[in-house]
Amino acid sequence: MSGLSIEHLSMRFDLPNGSSVQALQDVNLSLAQGELLSVLGPSGCGKTTLLNIVAGFLAPTEGQIVLNGHKVTGPDAERGMVFQQGALFEWMSVRENVSFGPRMKGQKESQYGANVDHLLEIVGLKDFKEKAIYELSGGMQQRVALARCLANDPDVILMDEPLGALDALTREKMQSLVLKLWKETGKTIILITHSVEEALLLGERLLVMAPRPGRIHKEYALPFADLGVNADLREVKKHPEFAQRREEILGMIWDMEEEIMGRSEADA
Amino acid sequence: MTGLLILAAYVAIFVASFLIVKYAVKTARRDFTSLKTVTFGDESAVKSNRIASVVSILTIFLIWASFTGSAWVPSFLHVPGPFQGIATFDYTAEADDGTTDDATVTVLVHPVGEDPEPPQVAPGEGWAKNDSDVVASWRSGLIRVDQNDEKSRDEGHRVIAVNGEPIAPGGEVITEYGRVGMSPKGTLNFEPAKGLQMESIWLPPPEAVVARVVEIARDGYRDSTLWEHLGYSLFRVIAGFLFGALVGIPLGYAMGLSDWFRGWFDPIVEFMRPVPPLALIPLVIIWAGIGETGKIILLFLAALWIMAIAARSGVSGVRISKVHAAYSLGASKWQILRHVIIPNSLPDIFTGARVAMGVCWGTVVAAELVAAEKGAGMMIMVASKFQLTDIVLMGIILIGIIGFGIDMLMRWAERVLVPWKGKG
Ligand SMILES: Nc1ncnc2c1ncn2[C@@H]1O[C@H](COP(=O)(O)OP(=O)(O)OP(=O)(O)O)[C@@H](O)[C@H]1O
Ligand SMILES: [Mg+2]
Repeated sequence: MSGLSIEHLSMRFDLPNGSSVQALQDVNLSLAQGELLSVLGPSGCGKTTLLNIVAGFLAPTEGQIVLNGHKVTGPDAERGMVFQQGALFEWMSVRENVSFGPRMKGQKESQYGANVDHLLEIVGLKDFKEKAIYELSGGMQQRVALARCLANDPDVILMDEPLGALDALTREKMQSLVLKLWKETGKTIILITHSVEEALLLGERLLVMAPRPGRIHKEYALPFADLGVNADLREVKKHPEFAQRREEILGMIWDMEEEIMGRSEADA
Repeated sequence: MTGLLILAAYVAIFVASFLIVKYAVKTARRDFTSLKTVTFGDESAVKSNRIASVVSILTIFLIWASFTGSAWVPSFLHVPGPFQGIATFDYTAEADDGTTDDATVTVLVHPVGEDPEPPQVAPGEGWAKNDSDVVASWRSGLIRVDQNDEKSRDEGHRVIAVNGEPIAPGGEVITEYGRVGMSPKGTLNFEPAKGLQMESIWLPPPEAVVARVVEIARDGYRDSTLWEHLGYSLFRVIAGFLFGALVGIPLGYAMGLSDWFRGWFDPIVEFMRPVPPLALIPLVIIWAGIGETGKIILLFLAALWIMAIAARSGVSGVRISKVHAAYSLGASKWQILRHVIIPNSLPDIFTGARVAMGVCWGTVVAAELVAAEKGAGMMIMVASKFQLTDIVLMGIILIGIIGFGIDMLMRWAERVLVPWKGKG
């Protein structure tokens, strides 16, 4: 049983004032080893909640996560996480950040050193090893976060809007980097994004979620990730199917957002 | 009166130096801020003016020197000093028989502390004889002019005028050398003109303070050298602070990490936090006496709550995503404490340590003022009892310098040890 499966997952936040929010309702999903799933959905539809449950930071009210045959009960090195920003340790150098996982396992420099240097080279930070985190730009910091996650060699990588804080150009470069690393390492990846283009470009599979309660609205299987591994991403975007899918999904999310707005206006 | 004059001189120098620097000195800013057109209201465009700082410090010394007649500044910068030398005034006496006679009083006004002989004067004509006496500057002296006169008080001898101006009991005549008053019983009282300078028992000139520093640094004060006095104060601060930090930081971490610890210690910490350490001095003296133990306990208590609160807020200030990231990278609870929570809280702890050191330094001086055998505070307290204002000033200046030095040292340590402060 290799792979990740999300079974009948429901999450309800009971608030101290007695009210409650149904963030997720009966979410079912299974991912084979090495699949890249991108998740889209309007704001507040439960994407971060889903990821936090998979990471083990939250226990669901119902259902379970099973990874490689065992149930997820808490955070673990087998599931790495890349945050949007601010999760690096600014009291450590770039290299100390990247080697954090192996060092916590008690590995010696001789065991992890070569791999860490290799990863730093892949993400293009070879010359910044000894720099402090706060001396790097936002894009460089996200590359450190990626390298740190990979250095720990997890089975699954969870990314919550990892490129959300970057400018368009840096973002495009990072998208290629993610695709490249995905292909090279064969990791299972769940990537949350707000950008429909990014979801289409990177996702082998794409999940569109709907809000209130958070649930799976539609799933797509896409060819673009495989195309993008060997080609310029801008070429991929010119693919006729790409434009068609983009319009379709944009319209879908737009409608959901409209509905939420309308509903909350009616509530008020 | 002198106070107002000092204030006026201070304001005048402030305004004058501002205008001089503004119109005469070209202070071209080399960086881009010189291109900013909006500076009023833009805090970042306001930089401390170096010239102003230097002039400010010089002004304080100048005013100090000028109002104490310091030898360090040329005498034309001194404000008028007290009169010294030979003062004279005439008096007119009347007796019951209706006769009047004039005589001259010669007073030698001498510096405080000297004990000269009265000047020799000829007795002069008539029944009222010339008098002579001595008075120290800033003091006043009763002058019994009738004592050597041929007609005594029994014959109705009374002074009716000074320098030709009539005077009555309770009245006064201002002469060029000072004020001549008359007591209710009719005795003359001469008070030489004081000028505007401060007497050194109120404010000694700067060179006297420096001389004291040199003297006490060489000979010590009250059976201990200056370094022992300052060293004891510093030792108490450091010992109290270290114990406070040693207990307070782990306590703060425990409060930041455990419900039970937070619940248990929150009421205590929140209650003790607003109690000024000075208010604990009497209790600590009752319990532990005035020796080293009592002082260190006091400083321990002063530092404890500050450090506990700093450590607690350091823990609660850690971004949850950093902790999550560390767990996802396989760190254990201990590793997270050691590699994430502690380093993340260091900036807060350093801020707390700076506050705590400042509070401890203030508290130790206050505690030594109350009771101590050695220490900076004890030095100035004992000196003040003997009106040794120069030692008091010396003590205050040294306390200020050391306090400033401690703060600079802490800032430097902070820069070196937690360079990531504010960059998370
Ligand atoms: N700790 C919490 N307490 C209460 N409600 C919560 C909590 N976390 C999330 N929610 C609620 O759960 C729902 C889903 O939140 P979630 O953060 O998962 O959304 P999201 O899809 O990640 O949104 P975004 O795209 O804006 O990041 C929201 O309605 C939110 O209000
Ligand atoms: Mg989210």
